[in-house]
Amino acid sequence: MVPITTFHYLVVAAALFVLGVIGVLIRRNVVIVLMSIELILNAVNLNLVAFSHMWGTVHGQSNLNGQVFAIFIVVDAAAEAAVGLGILIAFFRNKETVNVDEIDLLKW
Amino acid sequence: MHSAADNMFFFLPHIWLIPLLPAFGAVTMFFFGRSLSKRAVNAVCVGAVVLAFLMALGVVRDYNLYTEPKAGFGGPGAPYQKVLYTWLGSGDGHLNFVKRDGTLASFNADAGFLLDPLSSIWLLFVTGVGMLIHIYSTGYMAHEGGYYRFFGYMNLFMFSMLTLILANNYMLLFVGWEGVGLCSYLLIGFYFHRNSASTAANKAFIVNRIGDAGFILGALTLAWYLGSFRFIDINQLAHSGTFAKGDHVLTIAALLLFVGACGKSAQIPLYIWLPDAMEGPTPVSALIHAATMVTAGVYMVARSNAVFVLAPKAMLVVAIIGALTAVFAASIGLVQNDIKRVLAYSTVSQLGYMFLALGVGAFAAGVFHVFTHAFFKALLFLGSGSVIHAMSGEQDMRNMGNLRGRIPTTYKTMAIATLAIAGIPPLAGFFSKDEILWQAYRSAEGGFPYLWLIGFGTALMTAFYMARLIFLTFYGKPRMSHEVEHHIHESPKSMTGPLVVLAICSVCAGWLGVPASMGGTNAFGKFLEPVFAQETAASASAAPVEPQEPAGEDHRYLEWGLMLLSVGAAVVGGGWAYGYYANAGRDYPEPIAVKAPALYTVLYNKWFVDEAYDYAFTGRRKIGKVRLGAMGAGEASSWFDAKIIDGAVNDAGWVTRAVATLSTWWDKWIIDGLCVNGPAILARMISYPARLFEWGLVQWYALVMIAGLLGFGVYYVWK
Repeated sequence: MVPITTFHYLVVAAALFVLGVIGVLIRRNVVIVLMSIELILNAVNLNLVAFSHMWGTVHGQSNLNGQVFAIFIVVDAAAEAAVGLGILIAFFRNKETVNVDEIDLLKW
Repeated sequence: MHSAADNMFFFLPHIWLIPLLPAFGAVTMFFFGRSLSKRAVNAVCVGAVVLAFLMALGVVRDYNLYTEPKAGFGGPGAPYQKVLYTWLGSGDGHLNFVKRDGTLASFNADAGFLLDPLSSIWLLFVTGVGMLIHIYSTGYMAHEGGYYRFFGYMNLFMFSMLTLILANNYMLLFVGWEGVGLCSYLLIGFYFHRNSASTAANKAFIVNRIGDAGFILGALTLAWYLGSFRFIDINQLAHSGTFAKGDHVLTIAALLLFVGACGKSAQIPLYIWLPDAMEGPTPVSALIHAATMVTAGVYMVARSNAVFVLAPKAMLVVAIIGALTAVFAASIGLVQNDIKRVLAYSTVSQLGYMFLALGVGAFAAGVFHVFTHAFFKALLFLGSGSVIHAMSGEQDMRNMGNLRGRIPTTYKTMAIATLAIAGIPPLAGFFSKDEILWQAYRSAEGGFPYLWLIGFGTALMTAFYMARLIFLTFYGKPRMSHEVEHHIHESPKSMTGPLVVLAICSVCAGWLGVPASMGGTNAFGKFLEPVFAQETAASASAAPVEPQEPAGEDHRYLEWGLMLLSVGAAVVGGGWAYGYYANAGRDYPEPIAVKAPALYTVLYNKWFVDEAYDYAFTGRRKIGKVRLGAMGAGEASSWFDAKIIDGAVNDAGWVTRAVATLSTWWDKWIIDGLCVNGPAILARMISYPARLFEWGLVQWYALVMIAGLLGFGVYYVWK
């Protein structure tokens, strides 16, 4: 059994990131796009946690900066989801659509 | 200005009351006349004139004492001057004007009165005749509306006339001059609801205005040349020898003054208003248009005699105009049928005589004729008024006849006046007219016999038309309708009384001026002599005034011969009229119409002068398509306004509009188009490619961004 190393984490995180980016780029539903963004954020979180674990003790002192940063990002993601869904609901009330292709009011 | 004379006499210093009395009457009528009874109007207005007459008598009596040598005020003929206050300008040099010689003179016109023999004569007959006519009017106007208005105007006239003759300078004289013109206008137009009356009033006023312009220009010329408006100053300067005979400026001034006299005294070419003035009530015709106002021109010329003597050419003009007017008006009078019109032309003709006398230098003779004429012409007009009164308003002599038994007092007095005007001795007209003819004959060393001839012919015509008037009115067969005939009645005492008084004056007035050749003393001429003296008393010691040539035998016989001739003319003229008209029935023949129909038409239509004036001066008639005169000028200036002025205005508008069009185009296409919209269009053009970058799809933005990131990544990794 191969021990799970930082590299493994990074591979998973990269996979998650690519999934998230692809979701953002190709999905039409705004809700799915927002969820894909969550995937990207969580991929980053995974990286942060992995590197924090990797660099957990430096010169005899524990280093939890990465862990804390990950928690901040979770909070940030929650806030972002709340705002994004709020905008989405407001927009749906006006246009009755959640299709990203049709949200093009800001052009020109 | 108190002098010793003011303390010695009562009336003389109060001379200013004479014009003020009728002025008081006029003002009373103006404010309260409407509510006053006829009796009260009589009391105020007639009373004022009677008082003025009594005052005038007192003043002249005082003046005679004043001029007595022992009184010490300058002896015979010395003028008495009473200056109340400075009316216009100032004596202290605040209001100066530059005289012709460059020196300064003070502009000064007094409210001042001048009494000398000349103004005494006018004063006496104006107040005297005026009083009689006022009394007459109380009867004549008794049944007319506007009674108080009539007497108010009459009193205003008396005030103006007295101001005119008592003024001591040209400016105050001009006030009276204009005042009598105004009253003449008001009284001619007294029956203003009648169109002809108001037209005649306008005509009189407008024609007089032409003369007035001449008068004021003349007076101002004199002031500019001599530096004063006062008669005394001007006379002294003119007599001082500073100015040569024939001085051009004085000649012009004299001619201008004579233009004024032509207007007021109805001389050619301005006489046309006087016959039309007969539209006024008959007492007005008698007072204003026969006896007093129309002699104002004679008065003014006589008053300016010192200036006229220095202007022989002007004198010649006066004499010629006078003679021509005399014969011209008399010729028209021969054929007129309106009783008042005959008298009007007679007045014009007699005024011509007066100017003839003035023009040949016989000022005293001219004034004498004014004096006698005032009586007999006033009498004739008042008599004609009495006839018209009796005839229920009929003025056409063709409809009269055989009135002598019906209105005997009128007949007798008018007959006396006719004899007087025709020049039958020893009535008034004989002496004055023959004096004029004699002076015309011998004046300028016998240079004017033509003028005498004209005067002689006029005397013949005068006798004819006056006799014609009498015979048509009082003799022949009655030609009026039965209704009118039924109403014929002699006028009331208030009308016949003045007739009788005037008749007595017409008989006797001439005796004041019986010429020396007939054994008289010519008291009238002697009285006036100082006024018309050629030199001032100081310098006159050497040369006596009138050449004291003893009335040589030949002169005397010549004078008698001329007298006989003119008496003969009067008798012949009257005799002809007797032959033609004494038994005139209905449709009586006019001798001139029978013998010379063309001449009759011309005379009957007054030589077509009114028509000629219509063509030439008023422009009421067109010559072909051309209109001359005042209306022509009006049309021309209307055309000028419409075509030239308005055309220029329109052209200016057109130019403005063209400029505006151009400017609009410039603004629209250059300023707005090129400068304002141009950059905007440019910016828009640029915006088309620029905005392609903003297509609005979030996922595309993200794709581009990721592609970019990948690009960067690839670039840095592979580098």
